Amino acid sequence: MAQTQPVVDTSPKVSDEVRKTTCYMCACRCGIDVHLKAGKVAYIEGNRDHPINKGVLCAKGSAGIMQHNAPARLRAPLRRTGPRGSGQFEEITWDEALETAVKWLKPLREQAPEKLAFFTGRDQSQSFTSFWAQQFGTPNYAAHGGFCSVNMATAGIYTMGGSFWEFGTADWEYTKLFMLFGVAEDHDSNPIKMGLGRLKERGAKVIGVNPIRSGYNAIADEWVGITPGTDGLFILSLVHELLKAGQIDLDYLSRYTNAPVLLNCDPKSPEQGLFLRDKDGKPQVIDRNTGKLAPFDQKGIRPDLSATWRHAGVTHRPVMHDLAERYLDNKYSPEAVETRCAIPAARIRRIAAELARTAFDEPVVLDRPWTDFRGERHEQMIGRPVSFHAMRGVSAHSNGFQTARALHVLQILLGSVETPGGFRFKPPYPKPATAHPRPHCKASAGQPLDGPHLGFVQGPEDLALREDGSPARIDKAFTWENPMSSHGLMHMVISNAHAGDPYRIDTLFLYMANMAWNSSMNTRGVIEMLTDQDEDGTYRIPNIIYSDAYSSEMVAYADLILPDTTYLERHDCISLLDRPISEPDAAADAIRWPVVDPERSGHAGVRGFQSVLCDLGHRLALPGFTNEDGSATYRDYADYIVNHLRKPGIGPLAGFRMGPHGLTHGRGDPNAAQLDSYIANGGFFTMHVPEEASYFKPWNSAYQDWAVSMGFYDSPQPYLFQLYVEPLRKFQLAAEGYGDRQPPDHLRGRMKLTFDPLPIWYPPLSDGHEDPVEFPLHALTQRPMAMYHSWGSQNAWLRQIHGHNPLYMPTRLMTRLRLRDGDWVRVTSSHGEITVPCAHMAALNENTVWTWNAIGKRKGAWALDKDAPEATRGFLLNHLIHELLPARGDGLRWANSDPITGQAAWFDLRVKIEKSAVPEESQPVLPAQESPVPPAPRGLAWKVGS
Amino acid sequence: MTDLPATTTRKLGLVIDLDTCVGCHACVIACKGWNTQNEGAPLSDQDPYGSDPSGTFLNRVHSYEVQPESGPAQIFHFPKSCLHCEDAPCVTVCPTGASYKRVEDGIVLVNEKDCIGCGLCAWACPYGARELDAAEGVMKKCTLCVDRIYNENLPEEDRTPACVRTCPSNARHFGDFADPESHVSRLVRERDGFDLMPEQGTGPVNKYLPPRARDDWTDSSVLAPYLTPVAEEPRGFLGWLDKALDRL
Amino acid sequence: MHPAPSIIAFTTFSGLGFGLLFWLGVDPAPPGGWVAAVFFFIAFALAGGGLASSALHLGRPERALKAFSQWRSSWLSREACVAVAALGLMGLYAAFLIFGGLHVAPLGWLGAALSLLTVFTTSMIYTQLKTVPRWHSRWTPVLFLALSLAGGALLSGRVGIALVLILLSGGVQIWWWHTGDRALAGSGTTLGTATGLGKLGAVRAFEAPHTGTNYLLREMVYVVARRHALKLRVIAFILMVLLPVALLLLPFGHVLGLFAVLSHVAGALIARWLFFAEAEHVVGLYYGKHQTV
Ligand SMILES: Nc1nc2c(c(=O)[nH]1)N[C@H]1C(S)=C(S)[C@@H](COP(=O)(O)OP(=O)(O)OC[C@H]3O[C@@H](n4cnc5c(=O)[nH]c(N)nc54)[C@H](O)[C@@H]3O)O[C@H]1N2
Ligand SMILES: Nc1nc2c(c(=O)[nH]1)N[C@H]1C(S)=C(S)[C@@H](COP(=O)(O)OP(=O)(O)OC[C@H]3O[C@@H](n4cnc5c(=O)[nH]c(N)nc54)[C@H](O)[C@@H]3O)O[C@H]1N2
Ligand code: SF4
Ligand code: SF4
Ligand code: SF4
Ligand code: SF4
Ligand code: SF4
Ligand SMILES: [Mo]
Repeated sequence: MAQTQPVVDTSPKVSDEVRKTTCYMCACRCGIDVHLKAGKVAYIEGNRDHPINKGVLCAKGSAGIMQHNAPARLRAPLRRTGPRGSGQFEEITWDEALETAVKWLKPLREQAPEKLAFFTGRDQSQSFTSFWAQQFGTPNYAAHGGFCSVNMATAGIYTMGGSFWEFGTADWEYTKLFMLFGVAEDHDSNPIKMGLGRLKERGAKVIGVNPIRSGYNAIADEWVGITPGTDGLFILSLVHELLKAGQIDLDYLSRYTNAPVLLNCDPKSPEQGLFLRDKDGKPQVIDRNTGKLAPFDQKGIRPDLSATWRHAGVTHRPVMHDLAERYLDNKYSPEAVETRCAIPAARIRRIAAELARTAFDEPVVLDRPWTDFRGERHEQMIGRPVSFHAMRGVSAHSNGFQTARALHVLQILLGSVETPGGFRFKPPYPKPATAHPRPHCKASAGQPLDGPHLGFVQGPEDLALREDGSPARIDKAFTWENPMSSHGLMHMVISNAHAGDPYRIDTLFLYMANMAWNSSMNTRGVIEMLTDQDEDGTYRIPNIIYSDAYSSEMVAYADLILPDTTYLERHDCISLLDRPISEPDAAADAIRWPVVDPERSGHAGVRGFQSVLCDLGHRLALPGFTNEDGSATYRDYADYIVNHLRKPGIGPLAGFRMGPHGLTHGRGDPNAAQLDSYIANGGFFTMHVPEEASYFKPWNSAYQDWAVSMGFYDSPQPYLFQLYVEPLRKFQLAAEGYGDRQPPDHLRGRMKLTFDPLPIWYPPLSDGHEDPVEFPLHALTQRPMAMYHSWGSQNAWLRQIHGHNPLYMPTRLMTRLRLRDGDWVRVTSSHGEITVPCAHMAALNENTVWTWNAIGKRKGAWALDKDAPEATRGFLLNHLIHELLPARGDGLRWANSDPITGQAAWFDLRVKIEKSAVPEESQPVLPAQESPVPPAPRGLAWKVGS
Repeated sequence: MTDLPATTTRKLGLVIDLDTCVGCHACVIACKGWNTQNEGAPLSDQDPYGSDPSGTFLNRVHSYEVQPESGPAQIFHFPKSCLHCEDAPCVTVCPTGASYKRVEDGIVLVNEKDCIGCGLCAWACPYGARELDAAEGVMKKCTLCVDRIYNENLPEEDRTPACVRTCPSNARHFGDFADPESHVSRLVRERDGFDLMPEQGTGPVNKYLPPRARDDWTDSSVLAPYLTPVAEEPRGFLGWLDKALDRL
Repeated sequence: MHPAPSIIAFTTFSGLGFGLLFWLGVDPAPPGGWVAAVFFFIAFALAGGGLASSALHLGRPERALKAFSQWRSSWLSREACVAVAALGLMGLYAAFLIFGGLHVAPLGWLGAALSLLTVFTTSMIYTQLKTVPRWHSRWTPVLFLALSLAGGALLSGRVGIALVLILLSGGVQIWWWHTGDRALAGSGTTLGTATGLGKLGAVRAFEAPHTGTNYLLREMVYVVARRHALKLRVIAFILMVLLPVALLLLPFGHVLGLFAVLSHVAGALIARWLFFAEAEHVVGLYYGKHQTV
């Protein structure tokens, strides 16, 4: 019979209109094309022109439509009516809400601004929110970086003026060997996936170092199933082998790093271990041409890596001497580390040899002439095509700062940073620690703060201490306990405020952080602190204001809710002043804009949080938000984005500014049509790095000049990579008793050990506080690629993929405990106990168990049914982790964090496991909270338009 | 139209690269989003916010663990949608003619207006590529985005399946297998693309690329020279340093 | 496979009904009048009711008529057409008998043949599925036909024939179970071939694509515990074969006959439940089910 086929319309109309904005289903900030039908969001796909994602989109990004229509969306400002945690609220008007906030905040500003603690979670407008906090005058401001990855960021910036993460990336086009340390997903989610895809296409080799072989590590050609917390040892063993064989880039080290910088070696000097500096404070090297001392950046010199200099009886040796001596020691030999790392010595050697071969036998040579900061012209750009990337598997340990440092030192020894095929910075990085501000903390009644809150300390003099030596900040950032806590310590705010240590506060103002659930250690403890009352019945933390867009667990613990819009309904600015969307070849920034109106019919409605801050700032008459005549400086956030000036010519957005002769980019005056230009341009702006400036950026004059023209620096700032970090040595000297700012005695020993100016490895601190034999297993979490922390569970599509989470256990353990998939286990740490379902995974380090992060949910939250699998089978590991280490009889409770940065040590967790009877639900079960939003629909078939 | 065409002019389909897929589920959701909004009934969800959520998806990503004879276990992510089989059993079993394979490009489709939702085609498919939509009562399956790949309302470069367009790691490829010079044909040739369940005799058009060898720790002998020490003693290292610097 | 009550009822009752129709059609001396009316009523109720209940399984029952169109290729379509033809002819035959007192034998033969053909087409719907190795066997039609004939004989009161056929179908059933238990392994389809990863080593399902359920899991990945299934097989065999045979061997009586019928039907329903519940669809492999290792 002849084929008769139905006629299919293969060219249906896709949508009425496409609006291009920026995704915020996670912090990666991809460009999206939002298709609208009949004014409603119909479909979201990736923006092909966008520098971050070039058209691709992850699962979350495509599921944005389900986030936007989630029944968990808040609809109006809320005032708490029941006890904290009950979830009982009444809807109020925006005027009532803002007046309540003013009533609480105004007296604080007038009398004691530090009594407001403003912490902003996963904030993408930190340059704005910090500006607001600064105008308010409180020293207590930070975003979430302290519990996230400050180790990585800080180690990178102190060492090389930038880090992995949003600061830089592997050179995907040229790299031949890529090593990935402790990454499941990362912030740079789509670019890493695209990069890995590109490596696979080119047949480049990928080595995954991770106790767990899933996701990116599953596609790695080789898997190194390392013992958690021992990467530093493994890396330094690679360094040992490379040094021993002379497989290091001496030319690179002598030109671009502080390997040749001279150190004072006088054991009796208060300057021991500090750089020899000239009168201008510039570190000194010996010039190989003349054999004489010279400042590192003097034109024409060639710094010597080995010559020493003796003066007045004091020997000065180049950093290279100390470095070689340190790492050639046999305690870093593969044989010495193999057991601890669970990596056979032969394999460590193999990897070291492969690094050497790829770096030095297969260099990438680009015929691209460039001129360095000492005036020397290079005809070619020669690169070492080995690259690395690392994230929280390295940084979320209490030795994470030094481990990240070790990794950077390895990269630098190989000469692969900022060279073709290696690792590349994304503008405005590179930017050394010295070019960043130092922290400011001086609060005065009725006055703005004396400067920006966060920054990079250069020594004890920069610590945020009050006259009496007590911490100036509620989170105790920049104190002796964690001097280099550049991102603050959001995870300590609630417990410190509850304890009144260092002082009590009045109002806790939080934005976009689920602190009563997955973003806190010791979740139940935090909940108790949030609900704890003084004898007179008032809460220990008297007022809590919170801005969320959804009915999260945290909402129930606030007294006043300022409901935010969804990301498709508001203006946002992803600014070069903050964490832009740049790629190595281009500086780029972006906006979000209301592609649909925030409509919550029948309710007071929602407002973009930043616009609310503009309004609140004006109601509080804050400088910066109030004009001389008392009127509001900014109508809303859009107005701020366009008209705010940080410095003359520098505003939140770099594109489409006004110059003397019309439109200009980088520096320029505000342009009333700037947002329209961004919208017309697809929601973003890019400015390409000139070709001759594309590599060697810290030392490349063309790059430095371009950076000045873009407004990243006011003058060229070439600098050396800091193999040896002098500020660490300054803290060590203080611990040794030098200087007038002195640490408390109980911290001296630890500081002397851990503040080594050259990377070291020490066991995770918790190993000294709990018995590794009693708690033999490492317990980790990983980011599921298709979920973003807690906020994916309200998404009807994503929660079908990850609706509950088992605890994955290695074969050895499954066999020993006679377990099968779906059996239940009791997991105990030195802090707590949970009972959860388990499942088998063979591709796993044999002493490690793990689960997906933040799938478990509180009953009543997120507009889910109370018996949703997220609540009945899902679970959090957070119940097992405490922000303090267990007591060990010295009368102190030490923080469960990195002693240098204060980074929360999530992954130091150790547990023991036994088989459990089948409980009704995952344990512990917390009582349900009432939902401030109505029950969700029972069915869904989302089709809009005709 | 339950007869299968003897031949089709083109053979459109996908290549899935198991060496590259990171298991991110991006293709799953892009597919859901596109196909909910476009050709045919929306892909519905039941109890979407409740205790037993389920819904219709045309593409799903499994993951498998392989224990080789020696060496550590490996994990692979495994996306799966309709393979647009040449001998599609799902088509011949259909009592209504709703299921058919297109003559011009070999795409296997369901005519939703004719489908009675008997489910037999889903039973006949060995790959689990068909799901009966619980709200609409008709069979849903991957359309190879027939409403995208020819869509004149889309820019030329976007005339590719939603899942392929979105895949961040480039593990999905779309093309014409009838053309031996197409990108997909070449990939299959060069990387030994294979069929799923060849013994079922369905003749799948979609092909899978096998993972490249993992954990190959051999040939350390060639690498050994790279680690020959420059000196016996740490002090000797400095002597070497001097010499090496002189050569620079 | 999911043992859907509507399909279990449909296949069991229509099998019985068409079996009864077969015997009514070939009866050289068929009853007439009231007796015929009762027999034909039972037969049509079973066959027609079975068919009707199968419509409950449809997502779009209102379009059921479309199922008649693809008889050239689809066994389901063929079944629909043949069933209607069989019911039509037998209806005519019955009308002649009941209202006209006329025995149009060739009409009965043709109707009987079509009735058996209907049962055969039903069985072919399952037999054709390579995806369910347990069903994909020449013994599946034999089993369906044997049970249909045995049940029909029993219903029509042919004690002797029924005895033989019940025992025979019991034998077929045991053989079918026996071969069926080896069918999946014999099919050559494994998780290794399903994923193509079998060449690399032993493959195990690690994470399913979704933590919740879906159509495939509900419809095709039904799993019964082996011990549970064995118990049910014994019960089914006793009810379907042993008890009816024992009852039939006792001195005949209507009450006992009724019990034999009820027992046989109950046993057949359980066996049919197992027919579905035990059937392993190869798609289950993707979800880590039915693996022997
Ligand atoms: N066990 C364990 N715990 C961990 C980690 C771990 O690895 N293991 N990781 C830690 C790390 S690194 C981090 S960063 C934290 C993350 O933890 P959180 O910072 O708490 O992140 P989310 O769960 O995403 O919660 C953010 C809140 O923002 C709200 N929100 C979403 N969109 C909007 C919006 O548009 N406007 C407003 N105002 N609010 C919005 C959400 O509803 C949610 O309540 O978790 C930490 N917790
Ligand atoms: N899809 C999605 N993307 C996200 C997020 C999300 O929730 N979902 N969250 C965002 C946030 S806030 C952050 S901070 C980033 C974090 O991104 P990642 O750094 O990728 O964070 P994790 O998922 O915590 O992964 C940590 C990895 O380190 C491994 N690991 C743990 N300990 C060690 C160790 O000692 N050594 C080694 N080598 N590996 C170890 C773990 O097995 C895990 O694979 O992701 C961001 N991106
Ligand atoms: S990675 Fe995904 S969720 Fe994050 S911004 Fe990009 S598309 Fe959105
Ligand atoms: S994969 Fe399944 S649904 Fe697709 S053509 Fe083949 S048999 Fe039919
Ligand atoms: S469900 Fe629809 S497409 Fe599938 S066999 Fe039945 S009628 Fe045909
Ligand atoms: S081709 Fe289209 S319909 Fe098929 S899986 Fe991909 S996105 Fe879904
Ligand atoms: S989008 Fe690509 S990488 Fe992600 S699961 Fe699908 S095929 Fe794999
Ligand atoms: Mo984070």
